Amino acid sequence: MKSSVARWMYKRPKFRLVALLAAPTLWLVVAYLGALGALLVTAFFTIDSFTGDVVAQFNLGNFQDMLTDPAYRNVVLRTLGIALSVTLICATFAIPMAFFMAKIAKPRNQKILVALVLTPLWASYLVKIYAWRSMLEPRTGVIDWVLGPIGIRSPGFGGPAIVIGLSYLWLPYMILPIYAGLERLPNSLLDASGDLGAGNFYTFRRVILPLIFPSLVAGSMFTFSLSLGDYITAQIIGGKLQMLGNVVYQNFSINLPFAATIATIPVAIMAIYLWLVRRTGALASL
Amino acid sequence: MSQTLRKTLEFISVVEPASVIVSIRNLSRTFGSVKAVDGVNLDIYSGEFLTLLGPSGSGKTTVLRMIAGFEKPDSGTIELGGRDVSQLPPYERDVNTVFQDYALFPHMDVISNIGYGLRVAGVAKEERIARTEKALEQVRLTGYGDRKPAELSGGQRQRVALARALVNRPSVLLLDEPLGALDLKLREQMQIELKELQREVGITFIFVTHDQEEALTMSDRIAVFNLGNIEQLGTPREVYENPQSPFVSEFVGQTNKITMDGRQINIRPEFITVSKSAERGDRIVKGKLHDAIFVGATTRYLVDTELGESIISTDPSGLLDVGDDVVLSWESEKEFLVK
Repeated sequence: MKSSVARWMYKRPKFRLVALLAAPTLWLVVAYLGALGALLVTAFFTIDSFTGDVVAQFNLGNFQDMLTDPAYRNVVLRTLGIALSVTLICATFAIPMAFFMAKIAKPRNQKILVALVLTPLWASYLVKIYAWRSMLEPRTGVIDWVLGPIGIRSPGFGGPAIVIGLSYLWLPYMILPIYAGLERLPNSLLDASGDLGAGNFYTFRRVILPLIFPSLVAGSMFTFSLSLGDYITAQIIGGKLQMLGNVVYQNFSINLPFAATIATIPVAIMAIYLWLVRRTGALASL
Repeated sequence: MSQTLRKTLEFISVVEPASVIVSIRNLSRTFGSVKAVDGVNLDIYSGEFLTLLGPSGSGKTTVLRMIAGFEKPDSGTIELGGRDVSQLPPYERDVNTVFQDYALFPHMDVISNIGYGLRVAGVAKEERIARTEKALEQVRLTGYGDRKPAELSGGQRQRVALARALVNRPSVLLLDEPLGALDLKLREQMQIELKELQREVGITFIFVTHDQEEALTMSDRIAVFNLGNIEQLGTPREVYENPQSPFVSEFVGQTNKITMDGRQINIRPEFITVSKSAERGDRIVKGKLHDAIFVGATTRYLVDTELGESIISTDPSGLLDVGDDVVLSWESEKEFLVK
């Protein structure tokens, strides 16, 4: 019985393909593209100012409001700045850490280090951000309490706090792809560069960096896009500062179409980012 | 040889003594509990082709890597041109390496790979291009400059690696089993090319291999490694015809160990004649042909002898049949003793 089904399937490769991909395709089309499509469509709707109901009528009013109001432009620029800073900070910390893990640590310790990098991902996002809140709290927070006597003060709640919090949250997503990239990099290439007279910095710039660039891009896609869409961190340790996500969150209950319009901005930014990355050729060797 | 000629030759060798370029003293290196290199002493002469020969794990590659600077010795010194370099990083040593896996930079084309060392050294662009082109020509790869390593065959990559090292005109070139990844035909061709190239550029080559035939073909001198130390150092002929230890006699070439008249003698298979009746030489042993293995140019005979031991002999004709009664004979002067 089993073998006859298998034989029947074996003769019909197309059917096998359909059986394999039906579930993921359904998920992708309905849950993923469907939601994205609904978002895009909603962005062009408006609301009845009296009842607050969504009016399904195509118009560009939301986009006009968003583009003409300087307050929104500031939020976009601030969010971009935060996402870029987070990405840069993560890369700066992740490269030496990943290098140590992949090239210097003993093989047995490598696995332990990977596990340690992953451990923070098991803890709840909210717990981690509240932990940072108690760290950054002016006067009574851990930073002011421990480091205050030597003159280091907490930056308090605001932009720098958001950058610190998000960098902390997304660092593992940057370390892991770079670690994987460095793992694949043969040690003999580093030996060869030194053998040909290059010092460590030259080797880093001319050999290591170009070869792990695709891994850096992969990591940055996580850190950049996750930062771009975040709003909880800003709410908890951002003080009065707002990011795009906060604007979406605020409008969501009172003006859904406008929230959708704002939400198209990170999508557009990511599309542009991917397009730029594609032009560098990094995606081809990912 | 006339008396005067001999005098002249002595005179020449006195006037031009080969100068020592690499001098290794009491070099040791331990990995964990393994003594990879155990007190090696070695003088390498300027312009010679020296091969470090030995099985894997014998310490030959570790010695090479310590000369290059990729490994630091636990103790001992390495002098390069009279200067102790054993504590210097690789980029401060006047040596270049051809790696076993070639280690070409995959993101650079052939020209950039070869020009890398010159660029690091700050050689002006025009000179860099001229020297790179010349190096390409030397390894017969003119016109391949704009290819990426991935677009080259194994043999071509090997040549690029060679050019990348030689273009810097190092005082010593280190080669870490560079022919290991090539197929037999290409390997034999590259052996000849490498030897010619070495004569042409006059640079000292230190060549690591586990292939005894390769070592015999290419080297001026061979250092046979075993268990972290040098068992014998000498010309290929010396090492082959007069091995100084049981290990060397077995690792370099094949050896028959025969107990005759109460003592052990050693004889290479190719010096033994196998025939039905004819005798060539003063040693004669009777036996029965146990097996005949055709290996192309010769046939390898395995003979069960009256001494109760099997003897291997090689013979180009291969006309005997298994089971034949045969006579083994050889000149006793071809035998060698092993300490």
